[in-house]
Amino acid sequence: MPNIKHIYHLGIKELWSLIRDPMLMFVVVFMFTGQIFIAAMAITETLHKVPIAIVDEDASQLSAAIVSAFYPPRFQSPELLSMNEVDPGMDSGTYTFAIVIPPGFERDVRAGRSPALQLNVDATRMTQAFTGNGYIQQILLDEINAFFHRDKGAVPGPNLVIRTLYNPNLESSWFGALNEIINVVTIMSIILTGATLIREREHGTIEHLLVMPVTPTEIMISKVWTMGLVVLCGSFLSLKFVIQGWIGIPIHGSIPLFLCATALCLFATTSLGIFMGTIARSMPQFGMLGILTLVPMLMLSGGVTPLENMPLLIQRIMMLAPSTHFIAAGRGILFRGAGIESVWPQFLAMVLVGAAYFAVALFRFRKSISLMA
Amino acid sequence: MTSEKTQQQPVARLNGVFLHYGRKKALDDISLDIPSGCMVGLIGPDGVGKSSLLSLLSGARAMQSGSISVLGGDMGSKAHRDAVCTKIAYMPQGLGSNMAFSLSVEENLQFFGRLFGHGKDERRRRIDLLCRSTGLLKFLDRPAGKLSGGMKQKLGLCCALIHDPDFLILDEPTTGVDPLARAQFWDLIEDIRTGRPRMSVLVATAYMDEAQRFDWIIGMDDGKVLAEGTPEEILRRTACDDLNEAFIALLPEEKRAGYRAIEIPPFSSEERETAIEATGLTKRFGNFIAVDDVNLKIPKGEIFGFLGSNGCGKTTTMKMLTGLLEPSGGTAALFGKEVDARDIESRRNVGYMSQLFSLYTELSVRQNLVLHARLFNVPEQAIQERVDEMVRRFDLQDVLDAMPGKLPMGIRQRLSLAVAMVHNPNILILDEPTSGVDPVARDTMWQLMIDLSRKDDVTIFVSTHFMNEAERCDRISLMHAGKVLVTGRPADIVRAKGSDTLEEAFIEYLKEAEASGEEDGETITTEERLSVVTPEEGATETEKRSSIDLRRLWSYTVREWRELSRDPIRGSMALLGTVFLMFVIGFGITLDVENLSFAVLDQDQTAISRNYALNLSGSRYFVEHAPLSGGKELERRMESGELALVVEIPPDFARNLERGSTAEIGAWIDGSMPLRAGTIRGYVQGMHLGWLQEMLRERYGLTASRPLATIESRYRYNPDVKSLPAIVPAVIPILLLIIPAMLSTLSVVREKEMGAIVNLYVTPVSRFEYMIGKQLPYVAVGMINYALMTILAVTVFEVPIKGSLATLTLGAFSYVLFSTGLGLLVSTFTKSQIAAMLLTLIGTLIPAIRYAGLIDPISSLEGVGLFVGRIFPATHFINMCRSVFCKALFFQDLHTSLWPIMAAAPIIMALAVLLLRKQES
Repeated sequence: MPNIKHIYHLGIKELWSLIRDPMLMFVVVFMFTGQIFIAAMAITETLHKVPIAIVDEDASQLSAAIVSAFYPPRFQSPELLSMNEVDPGMDSGTYTFAIVIPPGFERDVRAGRSPALQLNVDATRMTQAFTGNGYIQQILLDEINAFFHRDKGAVPGPNLVIRTLYNPNLESSWFGALNEIINVVTIMSIILTGATLIREREHGTIEHLLVMPVTPTEIMISKVWTMGLVVLCGSFLSLKFVIQGWIGIPIHGSIPLFLCATALCLFATTSLGIFMGTIARSMPQFGMLGILTLVPMLMLSGGVTPLENMPLLIQRIMMLAPSTHFIAAGRGILFRGAGIESVWPQFLAMVLVGAAYFAVALFRFRKSISLMA
Repeated sequence: MTSEKTQQQPVARLNGVFLHYGRKKALDDISLDIPSGCMVGLIGPDGVGKSSLLSLLSGARAMQSGSISVLGGDMGSKAHRDAVCTKIAYMPQGLGSNMAFSLSVEENLQFFGRLFGHGKDERRRRIDLLCRSTGLLKFLDRPAGKLSGGMKQKLGLCCALIHDPDFLILDEPTTGVDPLARAQFWDLIEDIRTGRPRMSVLVATAYMDEAQRFDWIIGMDDGKVLAEGTPEEILRRTACDDLNEAFIALLPEEKRAGYRAIEIPPFSSEERETAIEATGLTKRFGNFIAVDDVNLKIPKGEIFGFLGSNGCGKTTTMKMLTGLLEPSGGTAALFGKEVDARDIESRRNVGYMSQLFSLYTELSVRQNLVLHARLFNVPEQAIQERVDEMVRRFDLQDVLDAMPGKLPMGIRQRLSLAVAMVHNPNILILDEPTSGVDPVARDTMWQLMIDLSRKDDVTIFVSTHFMNEAERCDRISLMHAGKVLVTGRPADIVRAKGSDTLEEAFIEYLKEAEASGEEDGETITTEERLSVVTPEEGATETEKRSSIDLRRLWSYTVREWRELSRDPIRGSMALLGTVFLMFVIGFGITLDVENLSFAVLDQDQTAISRNYALNLSGSRYFVEHAPLSGGKELERRMESGELALVVEIPPDFARNLERGSTAEIGAWIDGSMPLRAGTIRGYVQGMHLGWLQEMLRERYGLTASRPLATIESRYRYNPDVKSLPAIVPAVIPILLLIIPAMLSTLSVVREKEMGAIVNLYVTPVSRFEYMIGKQLPYVAVGMINYALMTILAVTVFEVPIKGSLATLTLGAFSYVLFSTGLGLLVSTFTKSQIAAMLLTLIGTLIPAIRYAGLIDPISSLEGVGLFVGRIFPATHFINMCRSVFCKALFFQDLHTSLWPIMAAAPIIMALAVLLLRKQES
């Protein structure tokens, strides 16, 4: 039975170690402030300042109206190109879209010949290509209709009214900031726990602990709770002061509930950090191991692209990563204002995943700790 | 001043030299001439500034104030340092800290030979000469890490001597080496000096007994010179019999205060219970037998000494006694109870002090004491009392709130002992408690230990290198290669061998043991040795130093590459890791937004409304979930994230439609993921329009009036708008950034942490050669990765290369130069591996995923992200990869992406080279 007092006192020691390492403290603080701020401010939307070019071979009033329909912030002011500049411009990636207005376009429209505009899309930029294509088509048609004073509702039938919930203007900064918190939580908790274990081994202090009446379980729990606590406090302060205060993103849901989700996720990630610390024999090996674990966790947990679009196998594997459930729960709580009755499946999943990680890590730690001394 | 010294120019002259580390003063106004052509000993305990002085003389450390001239020139001048570094040899402290342990003896020597610009034949000749003379020839293929301590020192010496230096600087070359190896080492130095009489040798040592053999002695304490002269002069001046006493006599008054010669009350072992007992104790690590059948029986209250060289099994034995290691055979028992690692309670009997200082340097002295007391379950109310007692007994009042890392060695060791004693154990197991402690502090420690033994009946099991300490033990064991050679009272052991001193007796035992073993077996006569260490005339002239020497550069490349290939775990993670990540990310990241879950809130329930829903669920983008029954349910199910889209069809929808009055369909989109929401909006709009036209045509036989104009969208480069062609080419740049950067960063920071960086400081290698030399292997790793990933992209992911592969490869090469350079840049301003690792992750992983155009083009970024994205070569390389893979572009189209990458690499390398220091500051 682990001794609570030992766990507490060992944990206090861990906190002191962190406080007295200024470089590490700097990194921790930066991750929870600057990093989140940059992420929140960096991307506002998929369709933001979209680089667009227009070839106006018509040079009519209508074509001028079309050109003026594209303006910041959604689009960059369109570049007017000649026909032979289109290919190089698209090739070099300078423009995602290039519209070609053929000669005599206005005349043909007036004559009811229904002429065609050409819209070139760089399909290697998938997200912008997808969303932008529909959007630009809409703008073009609206502009032409308006020019000829045609009523939009000329086509009989029902209107489609689209309402976007939780983030009405689809501002990515909300999404970016939350996502970044989740990334930071994952990176910090894994690296901090694993690296403190390896440092303790390198400095020979682990050996010291082992001659004392302290069990490996106590040592491991003390690292898990302290590093977890540090990251938990970091995310709370970041949420309160950086995201709500500084950037001013409204949070719909319950912050305590979000912190509960964070704590559950940390339980799993810190255990994972310990586990990796027992596998790596040196800091360079730990570094490589860190990359191999963190890159998939950051990219495939549903933070970058939706989980449901991934191949089934990867979706199944990612169910084992705590960050997947954390992202799902975090998004529900913070954006949709979801309560425990909605996110309990994610909570349950994190408890299960965390318990499994903890058990495996503890098993490995107890088995390998004597080799560390 | 003796006549001998004034005859020649001094080899080095110091004038008013100070050195500070932060606020700590390491050297305090040193003015000194070091005579040339003889062997000079720098004696004094650890931490008094010996190593600092030596590193200044060798040019490894940057000067702060004062003047130092070595071999007739100013060491403050870079030109002079560059000129003389080929004439100075510096062997830093620690067993082989400047060597690569995974490399063989031969490879290490080749490395140093190349560093000094020797050709292939020249290197062969020198290596053979040196190895024959030192007896290393047999072990040329053995990895340096598997040599014994004495042999490591010999290898260190060979590395130092490979360029025929005029001035040999050795920093504690014999610390941690057994007496026999030590004696052999000094004989070797003697022989080399006979062969090269002009060579000056400067040796630092903490063993006062070694000082006897030097021609000239400089005694140091507290950053100051205490005395200099020949050993005879110093003994005469202090009227002492041996240098140990002489050194104490030379110490300033306040340090000597309270010092008294140690007196040991006799110990009688009769009728005492056995405190420690080992029977047939054995420990195997794989094939290696570290401890072989050790039998000991130590009565309560005895001070039992354990002697032997580093790596002979002392520490392993002690660890088995404390329960840190499980024995492979035999038993260890404390007070008749077998040691069991799982028996937590028995640990309270034992206080353990490990060889390395291992208290928490982040906790103050008081915090350390209290923490240990608590962990040993000392009752809370008794803790204060215990701590106070320890503080009083070990004289720690003045340092209670200091950080242990900043304390002098002597006090630190006292603190370690106090910590080991805080829970009042019956047995103390101390692993070299006095190494690195000055003679006065050492005697203080012994006094404390003797008191504990005689007054408190504490059993003390102590290991040591120092013979004079061994003599103070009640009984000692000599250990060698895992076996106990002899156990007994020191006087009995000396008598048994008929020697004068314990050291001689020890050497006799070692020789006997080695005669039967294979290690160090080769003996050669002095004549043979003399013949080989004398260099051939004409061969010693070192080539003129050129600005960039490819051979020196290559020496680092070879060394780095070999080290990487000997660490298969790191190597395979670096190569197979990319393949793994490419698979995972390539298949995992899909930009096709499909399988979107939606549900219908149909309040109309007519054929038309059902037809509308069918229109959505029939598409490949949407998956229909159970319909909703009301607004409450809509809220709940969207909140849980189950539904990404809800389509609400109002009551009377069909009726209103037929009447021609306005009917509205509501679409609720979950906006918590903007990327997905934007796409859904596009889909819904498109399908709504499609449905309208279909409905009008079918139901009412109408065709929508002909539109004014049509729009033809041409999806270029990726006509099917598939995810793989967009993602796979972009994964290559991301992985080529992170992995090479991490590898190259840690390769330099690791040298900083482990000490091998000293080779940069004291050999002719320039910063440029060092950096490029270290970079090349990782550029190679990067290019292998590039090849693997390209093959994978074409074969497994079936994304063909449509454009110029040659141009892409050129870009990849420049890009890998950049990413490894970025790693090197990070390494110049980080000292610890943790910090370097985190900084590299922050500097590569996050910008690569977010600000390099992987998902959204960087033109859509704002603020710092936009700035980072613009200048970050990853952006340009992602663009380039997509262009070559998907857009079928060639060199003439790609130069706008290529130039920024090609420019970034030299800029970042130049920065890294400029920020790297050629001297320690």
